[in-house]
Amino acid sequence: MTDTTRTEPEAVPVTINGTAIEAKPGELLIDAAERHGVYIPRFCYHPRMRPVGMCRMCLVEVDTGRGPALQPSCMIPVAPGMTVDTESEATRKAQDGVLEFLLLNHPLDCPVCDKGGECPLQDQTLAFGPGESRMVEQKRHFEKPIPISDLVYLDRERCILCDRCTRFADEVAGDPLITFVDRGDHTQVNTFPDQPFASYFSGNTVQLCPVGALTAVPYRFRARPWDLEQVESTCTFCSVGCRIAVQSSTNRLVRHLGVDVDPVNWGWLCDKGRFGFEGVNSDDRLGRPLVRAGDTLAEATWAEALEAAAGAIRAGLDAGGPGAVAVLGGARLTNEDAYAWAKLAKSVVGTDNVDAQIGDGLPAEVVLGLPRATIDEVCAARTVVLLGPDLKEELPVLYLRLRDAAVEKGVRIVEVSPHDTGLTEVATVALRHRPGEAAAAVRAALDGAGDDPRVARAAELLAEGDVAVVLGRPSLAEAPDAVVAAASLLAARLPGVRFLPVLRRANVHGALDLGLAPGVLPGRVDLDAGRPWFEARWGAVPASRGLDATGILTAAAEGAIETLVLLGADPLRDFPDARLAQGALERVPRIVAVDCFLTESSRRAHVVLPAAAFGERSGTTTNIEGRVSVLNQKVTPPGTARADWMIAVELAHRLGADLGLDSLDGIWAEIESVAPAHAGLARARLLAADGLDGVVVPLSDHHEAGADRRPLAQTEAPEVTAADTHMGPESVATTLPGGETVPSVPRSPSGASGATMPEQIAEAAAAGDAAREAEAPEEAAALEAAAQQAAVEAATEDAGEGDVSAPVEHGPDRPPLLAFEPVEAGPAPPVDAYSLRLVSGRKLYDQGTLVQHAPSLAGLAPGAHLRVNPYDLDRLGLHTGDGATLRSARGSVVVEVEADPGVARGSALLPFNQPGVSAAALIDATARVTEVRLETRAGGGGA
Amino acid sequence: MAVTDAPRIVTARFEYDDSHTLSRYLATGGYEGLRAALAKTPEEVTDEVKAANLLGRGGAGFPAGVKWGFCPPGVFPRYLVINGDESEPGTYKDRLLMERDPHQLIEGVLIASYAIGVAQAFIYVRGEMALAQERLVAALNEAYEAGWVGRDIDGSGFSVDVLLHWGAGAYIVGEETALIESLEGRRGFPRLKPPFFPAAKGLYLQPTVVNNVETISNLPWILRNGGAAFDALGTERASGTRMFAVSGHVKRPGVYEVELGVTTFRDIIYAPVYAGGIRDDNALKAFIPGGASAPWFFEEHLDLPLDQTAVGPAGSMLGSGAIVVMDETTDAVRAAFSLVRFFSHESCGKCTPCREGTGWLEKIVRRVLAGSGRPTDIDLILDVVDNISPGPYPRAGTGSLGAEPVPFPPRQTTICPLGPSVGAPLVSAIHRFRDEFEAYIERAGTPVTIAGPAPVGGAAS
Repeated sequence: MTDTTRTEPEAVPVTINGTAIEAKPGELLIDAAERHGVYIPRFCYHPRMRPVGMCRMCLVEVDTGRGPALQPSCMIPVAPGMTVDTESEATRKAQDGVLEFLLLNHPLDCPVCDKGGECPLQDQTLAFGPGESRMVEQKRHFEKPIPISDLVYLDRERCILCDRCTRFADEVAGDPLITFVDRGDHTQVNTFPDQPFASYFSGNTVQLCPVGALTAVPYRFRARPWDLEQVESTCTFCSVGCRIAVQSSTNRLVRHLGVDVDPVNWGWLCDKGRFGFEGVNSDDRLGRPLVRAGDTLAEATWAEALEAAAGAIRAGLDAGGPGAVAVLGGARLTNEDAYAWAKLAKSVVGTDNVDAQIGDGLPAEVVLGLPRATIDEVCAARTVVLLGPDLKEELPVLYLRLRDAAVEKGVRIVEVSPHDTGLTEVATVALRHRPGEAAAAVRAALDGAGDDPRVARAAELLAEGDVAVVLGRPSLAEAPDAVVAAASLLAARLPGVRFLPVLRRANVHGALDLGLAPGVLPGRVDLDAGRPWFEARWGAVPASRGLDATGILTAAAEGAIETLVLLGADPLRDFPDARLAQGALERVPRIVAVDCFLTESSRRAHVVLPAAAFGERSGTTTNIEGRVSVLNQKVTPPGTARADWMIAVELAHRLGADLGLDSLDGIWAEIESVAPAHAGLARARLLAADGLDGVVVPLSDHHEAGADRRPLAQTEAPEVTAADTHMGPESVATTLPGGETVPSVPRSPSGASGATMPEQIAEAAAAGDAAREAEAPEEAAALEAAAQQAAVEAATEDAGEGDVSAPVEHGPDRPPLLAFEPVEAGPAPPVDAYSLRLVSGRKLYDQGTLVQHAPSLAGLAPGAHLRVNPYDLDRLGLHTGDGATLRSARGSVVVEVEADPGVARGSALLPFNQPGVSAAALIDATARVTEVRLETRAGGGGA
Repeated sequence: MAVTDAPRIVTARFEYDDSHTLSRYLATGGYEGLRAALAKTPEEVTDEVKAANLLGRGGAGFPAGVKWGFCPPGVFPRYLVINGDESEPGTYKDRLLMERDPHQLIEGVLIASYAIGVAQAFIYVRGEMALAQERLVAALNEAYEAGWVGRDIDGSGFSVDVLLHWGAGAYIVGEETALIESLEGRRGFPRLKPPFFPAAKGLYLQPTVVNNVETISNLPWILRNGGAAFDALGTERASGTRMFAVSGHVKRPGVYEVELGVTTFRDIIYAPVYAGGIRDDNALKAFIPGGASAPWFFEEHLDLPLDQTAVGPAGSMLGSGAIVVMDETTDAVRAAFSLVRFFSHESCGKCTPCREGTGWLEKIVRRVLAGSGRPTDIDLILDVVDNISPGPYPRAGTGSLGAEPVPFPPRQTTICPLGPSVGAPLVSAIHRFRDEFEAYIERAGTPVTIAGPAPVGGAAS
């Protein structure tokens, strides 16, 4: 499609409506025109998908030297000397004709259509359409609307067959489950018989739909677009950090829309992120503090509850010292919350038994110390090694980005995993290994050892260099040491290799960055290395390294923990080893829970403090890349629930300390001045136009390119919806991120319509460029100093005087950032020929708290089948569909088995936290691998 | 009358009952053209075909040898695709070639593959052509067994595989890019040209030559007898012979291979050896010179030669070689309606103007026929056609009215020519027989009893 780019000069001179412009080589005419203020109407074109030229709305007269001819501007790359007339009589007649054709069979039921008010077809018709129809015949009729999945309804009468949803499903999501059926004016979009559009990304089709043909169950008939209020924020339903528009009506969240940012989500969202807001709206949300009175939790005032919580912590300290208090969880928190809690735990309470991960991730030192890659860098590498979980299940939009890299850009994927994942089909090489043998598999791939052609191919690819590694925890039934050793090998053998750590929970990366992990302090600093610096700023720092989640629960089960603070953690549900979690929570004398819901774990607490959830608080969050981006509050929390940092401040106060934190700005200013990884990142920058895509920390390593940001509306009146701004109504005022209101201009006969939206945005972007240029690497130091100065001022202004946060003028040097220390691979666990090794990973929909409180998502958890390689199943005399007992040293469960050649021989794959079957009942979190035996239920054979 | 004694090139074996077998084929000069080709270099074969001035027989009429040269040099693999999805109403010549002389097609495929440098060739056969499919399978198996297809053909070192593929019943895949999509296993939607010119980005986005069955069937004869011998037939701009399928109100409907350029429409419709005249010796009302997409011709065009360079400027095309004759009893509105209904039914649904426009036009004409026409409907029809095919629509000059012809082809707001084709019957009928439309509209509300065309059956000889 881009033949013309071969030997093009830097700029391509094109004349549009008599004005000479310079287009980019290979740029499509429709984009070039838009960048220069000429908006050509369109329905099927979408900049993130391959153009198809189907709707014909963008026909314009193009003259390439052979006389003017009507051409679809979405399919034509600019060519030197091209003359374009978007306002000629022929162009107008063709476009009016297409609009009339599109309306012929369109029901015009705008008053009852969810899209009414934000509908490109409606807007185009209002602006340019005929006053009345020339068609007097019956319109086409279909059954209205039909469910095509659990989440999406399709009204085929409204559909204008633009191919956006079907293209998205096929090209972007890789789930080609909807397609065109029939032909002519009976053409319809539909699913295949008996095969619903069960895609994790189905909600994107609703957002892409230029009419109201596709509607989402959670939003249908809930609001009219003109009643919606909107802020731009970052999704925290996983850790990818997709930018979203959060929309509310009457103080309830009603819709999330993807916002198109280049470095992260390109406008896409997964359905969990898109529809998870239902959980926030749940009636089960905690709105009042609860304090235990005998067997029940009774509502209490904040004063009573905080006093009780502080009392519990004090009692723990009195009984066993700081080491007897532990804080588990914190991934749900914002960066500001996490910092406040880290400061409370490590400085005021004095414990290092703090872990935001719940035994399901990787050691913090590894995550923080490895050289980090951005998503863009991974997607631009020649070869990507996947060493972690199934990204389609855990970080869906990262899966989309990697799939695009592999399919569209030819990036070679080497997948090292115990089982097939969503990316296997686009991987160049897929290497299977048993749990505990990841390092051996990676070593073989690096050496090209053995006679497996796949291993040899992997070795070739790795030897060619330019490798990025996506590193995560492949299985909850396997200790992280195997994959850490594998990563160590890659780091040692591949110079320049970078890693994208893929811990999945909300802001877990921000929590680790800000010290909610044992052995680290805020800003990616080692506890010992940072002690002098932080002692000077915080007053006190734990004397020695504490326990991680598994350590905390083990200690608790042994009676060594006196008070356990659950910071949004539900170990009974989420910790991989159910028996250990059970034992711990039964034994620990005092539990303080800070949560949005009463979970299995928080039900056992002595004090429950209600916290604000997503959409109810502002702050910042950090994604897998270390990208810090802004969260914005849209609705108020239920009852008296409040932000976690406020709870930390209050608790500190009742423990006799002043955290010195009293506003989000103040907390950020302190983070910026105290945390080495965050030095120089002023909050103002995150709020500026070029910071809205987020800024990757630490700054000295990464300089952000925000200039390519697409025009996005952050608007009070959301007639212009998020990623579809370019399709928005032509006469609507759009508020730019900077707050400037820009009326976009309708197509005018004269063409002299002045500056239109894209121009204004270009100007804004240029201003951002200029601002950013000042931050060239060589000036970083100076800037950092200036930023610190600003931070000092901010802290003084906001946080009052005389608190521990005031930066120290002279004192210890800023500690260095953590560096990764390679781990030798130990010998692989010995093979037990009678056992299979358990592999357990997450599914997108599970029994997680938010999913279960989102009515539309709660039923989507697929349940658990045990997947075993057919070779092993044959050996055991079992067949797909058979029931069997799966037994480990910890316990046993009854499962239905399914043959799956994608599972490595000698392993058994059982999804985690699914209804019906508890994988956690089998897993031993203290062992390197969990061996299981599969027994037929008749009591016959066994493995 | 200029019925010539030109040799029959592609239908020579039709006289034999066993014309589809390898034994008959070999006994009548079969695979000698391939031998002759393999004795030459591929470039020489291409030059021979260029010398023959063999124009494509599928509709567009582009010189075959020249088309082969459009593949970018050095880009492999490249593919040859034979378009056997002959689906236009009144067109049935390719079906006969595949049923009666499948080896001739296979030999042509081999010659073209050798000339172009193709290792895999595909023959895409219309889904409904059961006998053609059966015979092609049998012939291809025979040819493989005899070593004419496959590895190291006839000891020449040249290897090619021929694959057969059946269509699924859509007229649109007769359009070459839609055919390629269908061959790739997808829904038969046309691709946009540019950028998807098959010669550059065709099957699997590789260089691809798409040729019609009849075009390719000429190659064995050309290689056996030389391009010059072929070019000597017909006229300078219309070489060789060509098959025409004559149907409608004639005495002898059928497929006739005639010499191009010198034979006229009058010859092929009236000559006793061809269609033998109008049934019941009725007067001619109109005829379609080149398939359903071709604007209609009338009495005054009968003496035009069968030569695209003469037919195009006169406002129509030779197209797919289907001549449909309508006698004086024909109701022009109904005749147009049946063609509009065809295009509406066959619109693939990909692009808006064709998908919605053809359906709308069908509804309007149906309403007019049903007696609910409005005076504004005629202008509405013409304006809707204009939104599918902007600008003056090609049509014959009607000498009686003194209007100038509008030359072929029509312009389009669509991706492929299917949409604009709907204008051919409507514009032709309205231009020449506006009074018949007006009659339906004026008598709106009362049953209309213009006699429709009587069944053709009894009139054929």
